[in-house]
Parts: sequence; C-alpha cells; structure tokens
Amino acid sequence: MPQVTLTVNGKTSTVEVEGRTLLVELLREKLRLTGTHVGCDTSQCGACVVHVDGESVKACTVLAVQADGTQVTTIEGLAKADGTLHPMQEAFREYHALQCGFCTPGMVMSAIDLVQKHPAGLSEKEIREGLEGNLCRCTGYHNIVKAIAAAQEVMHGRVQTLALAGD
Amino acid sequence: MNVVTPFEGIGASVRRKEDLRFLSGRGQYTDDINRPGQAYASILRSPHAHATIGGIDIAAARAMPGVVAIFTGADMPDLGGIPCGWQIHNKDGSPMAEPMHPVLAVDKARFVGDAVAVVIAETKAQARDAAEAIEVDYAVLPAVSTVTAATAPGAPLVHDAVAGNICYDWHIGDKAINEAAFAGAAKVVEFDLVNNRLIPNAMEPRAAIGDFDRTTDEYTLYTTSQNPHVIRLLMGAFVLHLPEHKLRVVAPDVGGGFGSKIFHYAEEAIVTWAAGRVCRPVKWTCERTESFMSDAHGRDHVSKARLALDANGKFLALHVQTLANMGAYLSTFATSVPTYLYATLLAGVYTTPSIYAEVKAVFTNTVPVDAYRGAGRPEATFLLERLVDVAARETGIDRIEIRRRNFIPSDAFPYQTPVALQYDSGDYQTTLDAALETAGWASFEERRAEAATRGRLRGIGISTYVEACGIAPSAVVGALGARAGLYEVGTIRVHPTGSVTVLTGTHSHGQGHETTLAQLVTDRLGVPLAQVDVVHGDTAKIPFGMGTYGSRSLAVGGSAMVKAMDKIVAKARRIAAHLMEASVEDVEFDRGTFRVAGTDKTKSWGEICLTAYVPHNYPIEEIEPGLDETAFYDPKNFTYPGGAHICEVEIEPETGITTVVNFTAVDDVGRVINPMIVEGQVQGGVCQGIGQALLEACVYDAEGQLVSGSYMDYQMPRANDLPMVSVATHVTLCTHNPLGVKGCGEVGAIGSPPAVINAVVDALKDYGVRHIEMPATAAKIWGIINAGHRLAAE
Amino acid sequence: MYDFEYHKPGSIADAVKILSADPDARPISGGQTLLPALKHRLNKPTSVVDLSGIAELKGIRKEGNKLIIGALAKHHEVAESDVVKGAIPALAMMAGTIGDTQVRNRGTIGGSVSNNDPAADYPSAVMALDATVVTDKRRIAADDFFQGMFTTALEPGELLVAIEFPIPEKAGYAKMRNPASRYVMAGAFIAKTGGKVRVAINGAGPGVFRQTEMETALAANWSADAVAGVKQSAEDLNSDIHGSAEYRAHLVTVMAKRAIAAAG
Repeated sequence: MPQVTLTVNGKTSTVEVEGRTLLVELLREKLRLTGTHVGCDTSQCGACVVHVDGESVKACTVLAVQADGTQVTTIEGLAKADGTLHPMQEAFREYHALQCGFCTPGMVMSAIDLVQKHPAGLSEKEIREGLEGNLCRCTGYHNIVKAIAAAQEVMHGRVQTLALAGD
Repeated sequence: MNVVTPFEGIGASVRRKEDLRFLSGRGQYTDDINRPGQAYASILRSPHAHATIGGIDIAAARAMPGVVAIFTGADMPDLGGIPCGWQIHNKDGSPMAEPMHPVLAVDKARFVGDAVAVVIAETKAQARDAAEAIEVDYAVLPAVSTVTAATAPGAPLVHDAVAGNICYDWHIGDKAINEAAFAGAAKVVEFDLVNNRLIPNAMEPRAAIGDFDRTTDEYTLYTTSQNPHVIRLLMGAFVLHLPEHKLRVVAPDVGGGFGSKIFHYAEEAIVTWAAGRVCRPVKWTCERTESFMSDAHGRDHVSKARLALDANGKFLALHVQTLANMGAYLSTFATSVPTYLYATLLAGVYTTPSIYAEVKAVFTNTVPVDAYRGAGRPEATFLLERLVDVAARETGIDRIEIRRRNFIPSDAFPYQTPVALQYDSGDYQTTLDAALETAGWASFEERRAEAATRGRLRGIGISTYVEACGIAPSAVVGALGARAGLYEVGTIRVHPTGSVTVLTGTHSHGQGHETTLAQLVTDRLGVPLAQVDVVHGDTAKIPFGMGTYGSRSLAVGGSAMVKAMDKIVAKARRIAAHLMEASVEDVEFDRGTFRVAGTDKTKSWGEICLTAYVPHNYPIEEIEPGLDETAFYDPKNFTYPGGAHICEVEIEPETGITTVVNFTAVDDVGRVINPMIVEGQVQGGVCQGIGQALLEACVYDAEGQLVSGSYMDYQMPRANDLPMVSVATHVTLCTHNPLGVKGCGEVGAIGSPPAVINAVVDALKDYGVRHIEMPATAAKIWGIINAGHRLAAE
Repeated sequence: MYDFEYHKPGSIADAVKILSADPDARPISGGQTLLPALKHRLNKPTSVVDLSGIAELKGIRKEGNKLIIGALAKHHEVAESDVVKGAIPALAMMAGTIGDTQVRNRGTIGGSVSNNDPAADYPSAVMALDATVVTDKRRIAADDFFQGMFTTALEPGELLVAIEFPIPEKAGYAKMRNPASRYVMAGAFIAKTGGKVRVAINGAGPGVFRQTEMETALAANWSADAVAGVKQSAEDLNSDIHGSAEYRAHLVTVMAKRAIAAAG
C-alpha cells in the first residue's frame, strides 16, 4: 500500500492509503479531521474544500497520493492556537453566514482563497461568481456574500477590526 | 445579575452560540462519528423503476474481501413495514390504500433506488465492491412515473392490490354550495397548473450508524434526523419491535433537513437491525447520487382550478382538483401533505366563501414524495396566487386592487375559513402596503422602461399569502387521521449556581435553537445567555419530543419551555417567600430578582437556586428541593404567518435567462425572538422558492429513470443565481400561545414562487403568455419568446 | 472507486513505458475529470499514472509567433499568465471561466484537451486557433486531433506534451453554461490568424466542430452582424432536459456574436 507524508495544519503525518483513497478520506478517516465534509460526488458542492500548498482544492477530487509532500490547511487549522478566529470565521459569525454549518468549512476555505487572490477587493458580483464551486442550501448566500465583503477589508489590512453587521 | 447587559433577551440579534463549533470544524455530524469496531454498509439499489425480483445470488459477493455479512429482504421476515403516520379517508369514508413498505424489497422493486440488499464489510469501499457483485434476477415491468400516466386507463399497477394506482380520493368543503356559487357567478376563471417535483438536497447527505450492546440488549441509532423521538417510536414500535427503553436514537448536528430528514427511512432500520445481527456498529453514509434516488422528494402536483367571481371582482367560490404524486410507497407524512397541509390553505388571505377541493393521491414508480420546506402550503399558495393574477388579467382589475378587494380585513379575526382552519390574527393590508413601498412598486414602470433601453424585459410580481404552521393541536390532527400527537416537550433544568440547561424535544439543524431557545430563558429568568445551554437530539437525554418541522419549534417547543419556566418561577417564588418571610402572593419576579412588592427586600436568582439545592433553610414540608421542571405543551390551534412577497426580474430575450433583480419580503411571523436569525431563515426560504420557480426540476423519463439524478442535471441555486433579499417583518401576535410567535422557517419558500412566476409572466406580457410552469428555465422562456417572434412574423 | 496501482514517473519516457505496457493504465494530471468518473465507477483502470512530476510537461512560453503551453499547465496558471494574456487574451479569459476556482487550481490543459469532452472549453480554442497538439511521438493538427465525443487522435500510450497556439490577430470566446453542471451548453471560439478565420463551436454538439458558414461570412465581413445572418442547423446538436437542439442552435449564433464582440 502506498504511503503518503503530508503536513496538515502544521503537523506532519505519514499514512498508509490505498491508491484510490481520496484526500478527503485521508483527512476524515485517517487523521480524524472531520471538519472537512463531503456533500456530493460530482465535485460540485465544495463542502470538502481545503488548501493544498496555499490554494483551494476540492479534497474529494484529489487522490491522497497526489497530496504527498504537500502542506494542507483545513478548517481546523485556521484559528490561532489561542482560539482567535481567522477574520473570515469571525465575519461568518458576525454576519450570520451559516445556518446548519455543513457547507461552512468549505465555504470559509474557498472564501479565504478568493479574497487572497483579489487584493484589490471584490464586488458583490465578483464574490457571487467566486463562489461558483460552493453550494449552500440554508442561507440563500445573502449573508455569506456580506461576510466575505466585510472580511476582505480586514484581511487586506484596510481596516483593523471587522465592521459589525448591526442588529 | 439583575440586569442583563448587553440585552440578550427576546428581540435581540445575538450572534449564535452554535457557530463557534461549526466555524472551527468541530461540529459532530453523524458521519463524523465513528464507533469502535464499526463496519460499513453499502446498499444495493434497483436500477429498474419496476421489476419483479426472481432471485438474489449473493455467493460471489459473500466471498469478496472484507465482507462481514449480506442481508436481503428474505432475511427479515419478522420485521414490520416502514409505517405511514397519517391515515386519510376517501370521499366514501373508507380508509386509504396503504400497501406494505418492506425495509428491503422482497418480490418486487418499485422505483429506481429501491433498496434490495445490504452488504456489511470492513471498509466502505469493500462494501461497495461486494454490493456490485450481487446478482439480482430482475424481470422488468412497465412503469409509470407521473400522476398523469399512472391514472390513465390501463396503466401498469405499482401495487397489484391498489386499483388505478389511487392511494386515496379525498375531498374537503361543500360541493353543492360550491356548484351553486359557480352557477351564479358573473365570471369564472379556469386554470391548470403543475407544481414541479423537487429534490430537497440538504447539504449533509443522510447517514446512520447502528450500535448494539449485547450485555444490555440496548440498541443505539445515530441518524441524520429532525426528530429522534419520532424515529424511535416509528422504528422501534412498527419495524424492529424494540421497546423504547432498549432503543436510543441520537440526532447529533444535522446539516439541514428542509423536511427530508423528518421521515423514518429504511436505512435507519437496516443499520440498527444489522448491528444486532453482526454484533458490531454498522455505519452507512449516503452518497449524493444515492440521495437523489433515496431521499423523499417534494411537491409534484397536477391541478385544475376554477375561480368564480362576481361583477366587482369579489371571489365567490373556488374549486380545485389535484393529483398528488406519492411515489412508490407512503413516506411518514406523505399523505397529510396534499390534504390537511394543502387544501386547508386554499382560502389564502381571501374571504372566498365557498371552497371545494378534491385530491387524489397517486402511486407511481418513483421515489416516495413527502414534506419539503412548506409542505403543501407552497403548492396551495402557488395555485392561488397564480390564479388571482390570471383572474386580475381576465377581469381587467389591477392585481393589487383585486387582492385588496378580497383580503380578510384585519378586524375580522379570528376568521373561520370554509376549509376548516380558523386564522387567529393577521394584517394583510399592512404587510402588502409595506412591501409595495419597499419594493418601489409605484415607480416600477420607469424601471421597466429603462430596462427596455438595454434590451431587457423587466417584470414585477406579487404574492400575498398565509400559511398554517406551529403544528399542531393533537386532538384536531388526531380526528383528521394523524397517528401521533403533535405537542412538544421542554425541560428547564436549573443548576445550583443558577445556570440553566434546556432539554428540548425540538431539533436544530440550521435554525439556531441553541441561541433562540436560550434567549427565551434569558428573557424570562434573567440568566445571562452564556449560562444557558440547550440540549437536543438525544432520546437518552430529552424526556420526549416530536421534533422540528412545520415551523413548530418556537410556537410549540418554545411554549413548552414557557410552561416549564412558569413552574420554575412559581416554585422559586415560594422559596423566595420563605427566605424573605413574606407571603407568596407578595413576591414579584422580574428577570433575575425576587422582590417583596412595595419593599426593598430582594433575593437574587442565584440565592434562590442555591437554596433549592442546599435546602438548609427551606420549606421542606411544603415543597421538594431542586429546581427542574418539565412541561408538555399541546397547541390550541395552528399559527398563521402571512405576508407579501414582491419579485422583480429581468429577462434577456436573446438567451431567455431570467435574473431576479430585486426581492422584497414583508412577513408577519408573530413575535420575533432573534431578528438576525429570522432574516436568515426568510432569506434562505425565499432563495429555495426562487430555486423552485426558476431552476430546480426533478425529471423522470417515461420508463421511470431519474434523468436529473445528480448535480450535473439538477440545478441547485448558486450564489450567482440569486439576489440580495430584502426582509422586513410586521408583527401581529399569535393569540393562543404564550410567546405570540407564529414561525418563520417556511414563509420564504411558501410566499416566493408565485411572486417570481407572476413577475416572469409580467415581463412577458407582450408575448401572449398566460402561464409558465416552474421552473421557468432559460430554454423554456426563449421558446416562448421565439414563438412570439414567429407569431409576429406570421 | 475501484482500486488501482499508483505510479508517479519522473519523465515522459517512464510514463510512456507504463502506459504502453498496460492498455488499462490511465494517465492523471489534475484529475478533475478523471476522478469524478472513477468515483462513479465508470471505468476501472489497473494503474493510474500521475504525470505531475514530469518537468518536460510544464511551462508556458512564447516562441516567435507561437504560444506554447505545456500539458500540465493548470487553468488558473493559464488564466493568470502574463505571457498568455499578452499573446492570446481570449485564451486566458477562457481559462479563467472553466469550472470553478478549485477546478482551475487543479485541472490542466493537457487533461482537458486529451479528454475532449464535448462540453469542455479548451477544445474550441485549440480548434479555432488552429493549434498543433504535440505528443511524445508526433505533431497533430487540431482538425485531425478531435474526432468526436471523448475521442481524439491520441493512440494508446501516446502522451500529450504541449499545445502550440499560433498567435492570432483577433480572438474571442463566449459561452453559455449548462445551468446545472456549469459545463458549456453552447460556446463559440472565433479567431482570425494570418488573415484566416476559424470558428469552433463547443457544447452544442456531440463534439467540438467548425462552423464554416460563419467562417466564410466573417472572412468577408468581420462583424457580429455577419454571424447573426448565419443560422446554425439544429440537426445533430444535443437535446436534453436543459434545452432542445433548436435552442442550442440559436445559442450558437448568439455566442458567436458575443465572441466577435469580445474579439473586437
């Protein structure tokens, strides 16, 4: 059986897998990092999005063996050690951008990649287009779009603290 | 702690308590749970819509690597069928046809996806590998996939014993009065329409883990359910014949339900039963493509409607005939959806004096159909609100004006409709006025003209609706055929230091109950939100409960909590009276402080709680120690949220693509506990409604194959398909529950589809369009526009 | 997914050796098409040969009047490449609209072109730009390479190495996505290279094809009006629950007009 060595959220592991084992299966079943979810089998819903070497990918559409030697970040690895949330996580909470929470990890990971790739800032339309690969059935995306718009200001250092959503 | 700061009680948009774990990947969904030594189940499903099963050869599969066991229907002779929870009666008083729904198909497969065998293996992949190696001897039979095909003369029978595929032929209302009203009408508008079949698609696929402890004979089922106690009841009593005390059902974090996780599914019984057989935990996780063919679908009505009007546009009578698709078997609440959750809503917000509705429920070779967000009420609202627009057009009366003329006036409540319901409160004129104002209805023609300069067809549509939720009074639904009571249960467990644990029989799978239910406690008892935890979803922890659906959690579950808190306060006042040496009648309680009226003698919440558990100075002869109360609350009536939704669309004629450019919802959901959460619920519901109206279609071909069988063909609404949704509330209180709440979970999905289609029809008004069936896809709209061009050319 | 042996060769020669020896071995690069198919058990390779470690398949460069894109170039790289943006902006734009961000971060041009999904984007660019497909054995003209749905001139064991795009004077691409799958429902890539016009249509038919009537019309008059006058026949076009062949035929003209507008 092939062996895979990869660094997930800063911790390096070597794991035995089958050729057919998917990255998401390695994360969920071997490393018990169950924050990364599986919502479909056609690579469309994005619940499984993680970062591999800094870029968002669908962990259900990557073989574990293909991730050998990579740096992987999952939702569990976003907050600081003291529990301080990433600005995107904080914005999702402040703007009520999650309901059932199932799409949330993938949505947050995609949103972070999206914002990082657009330092000049994203319009509402660009945020919506940038979420092409993530499905949410609860929120209608309204508050997700607002959360990402607010988080990008913090992530790009244009504001120090997240704009509050109001009541 | 007398004053709660910041304000966290009723009416505060406090941020959700549950978010931290979801945002940090620490939710515990069923598939996240792993039991020691667990094996994995894979279910072999029928590829045929209708086939007899001659034999099942498991020999090759049994020899595959990792296989622990393989079971077929023949291995389960003692199990009961999957039960239906609501018995409907025919027009002649006879009961509906209720064919056996075996856990695994025995002699016949009746839809694509029907479970035929289960493989238990060491890994998920091995289970699937072996399932593929099972040989089933199918003899394919002719199939029916639509109500129209199933009710045609000579149609193949889904169940041999069910003549004409009719499950029931039911009616409501007075036919003779109705016919007389039509006979005297100045104008009759006739209209046929379809309510499109949908696939719920909660983002978390279903999953179930069965566990068995042979030392105690106890079974545990972890499942993606909206109502674990109901599953325990249905599965324990009817299918597996297990007593409740030996069966625990846990519904942990659940990733959305929208109705589809109410029902008892065969897979739950399979893993629980199999765990006992193999004496190991057995885990099954549905793949999305498998969900498409095994989760209950929604809607799927074909209707004919007639509306009688007088010369002034007042509605005199409504007659509706509906064929409702049940699928191949009766799912848990399937039979109630097109009857008591549909036809009883056909009065809408109008004073129509006579309504007669006839509903035939029809078996087809398709996945069972059951409640999906709104369940029956979206179908009623769509029919009525499209019909009203058509009537406006055909009478020449403005579509706002015709609604105003027929509204139930705000001073007419309680209002008895001709279809059984009594609305307790509402104010339809005001919600309409507010929506018109917010949406800029008056200036719409300017926007239409501006859009035309860009080559776009712009349209606006409205829907004014009422729904019935907060289900339901047990005696009423019992008389109508429900096989369960629909009360709710709440326990308020006050701890010695004054913090509180709430045990609720409702279940949160996105609704934010851990926050809103805690806010009720904060508001009533004055305990800071951080010191209130809400526990749900485990039959071993919660006394009892009927779960979450039909927007019932606050109206029924919240009311149970209020009753329990009343008991807590009553007892606490007696303790306080004892400590302050006053009479109980003189002790007032307001958010954390007990005071002897008219004096400065007070005791804090914390002091009373501690005394209850450390009863050194205590009226021990009169009351027991402790502060822990449970209440069952059975509602007196349904609740009746209502409101007005306005949709504005633009159509690109060249492609037929419709874009929703504005959406305004003004809803009366009763008292609002957390405005942020209410807005989120309405936004999400509206977007599901937009999905139904423009995007989503569950399509079967004539042979019963599911054509829209994955996200490659079923269009889920994406972020760039949807607009921002303007949400506002106008409150009239529910008059019969202690919180005055009505419910907000379904209003969005109920009110929005007709607003969208009314807008699309309005945009196409120059093309001679009377109606467009949902979903109004780009291809469909281009077809209409293209045909229009041809008409013009000819 | 059925299990398979996994190989990660370091050179084209090593990859070809494995692929030639075993007719049931499949190459994988980004895997964005192959893995979903494998997950649905639509095919059962004995071996999967991961090409991602082969340096010879990488790189984007301009050589004279040609843009050469290595098979392993990811859609995101092509979309963001200054070389591509400078040489053939329409190609960079197209790459930026394939699938979604996560697909673009993994999927490669070599995988897309050698798979030849009728609803994929790249084949229309390769066809319209009259690109040359370079394999480990030979050079294949676009017109000879695409041979209908999921079929190409590649022989078993033959590996796509790079694609050479002549740099056009003008090029534009427009598509309408299938509302559910978001693959292409109808798309048109139009290019004028060395004075010759080529129009390639994807999504609408069973494979990418050239719309020669539009080519003729555009050669005479490079304008949206010229293609508007050409009516695409619905015959042989796809028809499904998302749209009739007639609708797709109409969209072909609409997308061709938009492609011209985009090309300028």
